[in-house]
Amino acid sequence: MVEARYRPGDRVRVRKAAPLGHVRTPFYIRGYAGVVERVCGAFANPEELAQQRDGLPAQPLYRVRFRQQDVWPGYRGNPADVLELEVFQHWLEGS
Amino acid sequence: MKDLGAYRPLDYFQLMEVSLRELLVEKGVVSEDAIAGAMAAMRERGPERGAAMAARAWLDPAYKARMLADGSQAAEELGFEVPGLRLIVVENTPRTHNVIVCTLCSCYPRMLLGLPPEWYKSKPYRSRVVREPRKVLAEFGLKVSPKVAIRVHDSNADMRYMVLPMRPAGTDGWAEERLAALVTRDSLIGVAIPVLPKKPKTRKS
Repeated sequence: MVEARYRPGDRVRVRKAAPLGHVRTPFYIRGYAGVVERVCGAFANPEELAQQRDGLPAQPLYRVRFRQQDVWPGYRGNPADVLELEVFQHWLEGS
Repeated sequence: MKDLGAYRPLDYFQLMEVSLRELLVEKGVVSEDAIAGAMAAMRERGPERGAAMAARAWLDPAYKARMLADGSQAAEELGFEVPGLRLIVVENTPRTHNVIVCTLCSCYPRMLLGLPPEWYKSKPYRSRVVREPRKVLAEFGLKVSPKVAIRVHDSNADMRYMVLPMRPAGTDGWAEERLAALVTRDSLIGVAIPVLPKKPKTRKS
C-alpha cells in the first residue's frame, strides 16, 4: 500500500494528463485545484486492474472538494456550491 | 422487406453475456437457478433499505452519527448485508443540499436502493448535473434556494453515495415505518426531498 501523502484540508491539484486506458479521473476535473475532504482508504489502481494486473500496491483514494465557480467558467449559483470527486493519489500534486 | 416485428439480433455485448453465462453454467461455476434468483432479487429490490436507514437516523441521533461516519456499517447494523460496498452518506441540512451522480458510468448503491432509474444512467443527467445542478434540480421540480449551497458528489471511483434527506416538518411523533414511507428513491439520490402526502380533497358529488 502506498502511503497517503495528503490529509484533509490540504490543497491539491489534479494532474492535467491524458493517458490511454481505463482512467477513473474524469476529464472535466483534470488541471483543477481543490481541497482534500477525506481520505477514503487505499484501493487497487483501476488503470492496472483494467489491464488484468493486480493493481498493487494499493493507491490512496481521496475525496476532493472543488468550488463550482473554479471549475466552470460563468458558473451561476451560490459561491459555496461545490463538486466532490474521488481522485487517486497518483493523479494529484501539491498545489 | 420482411417484417421482423420486435425481433432484434443480439448485439456484441449481449452475445458476450449469454456466452459467458452459458459457459459458467456448463462448467458448474453457477447454476441457472442461482442466476435467475439473483436477477429476480435485484429487480424486486426497491429503495426500502435506504429509506429505513434514513428514518432510523431521523429518530436516533447516535445512529445518524455512526451512519455519517461509516455508511456501510450503518447498513449492516440494520441487518442489510452490503458485501464490498463502501458507502458514504451525505447529510442535507438547512444550509446544504446534496445530489449524487456518476459521470463516468452509473455507479449506484444497488444493494440499498435497487436498480438505478433510467435517467440516472442517461448522458444528459450525468453531464449536466455536475455543471448546472440548480437547473437540473429545477427540472426535477426541486427549486433549491440560492442561499443553500449545493454539493454535487461524483461517484467516479470506489465509493458509493446516499443522501440523508431532511426530516419534513409536521412529522413529530411519527413511528419509524411511517417516516420511512416518506423517503423516496429520488430523495436518497438528492433530486427530490421527502414531502408529506397531500390530504385528499373532498369532492363535491
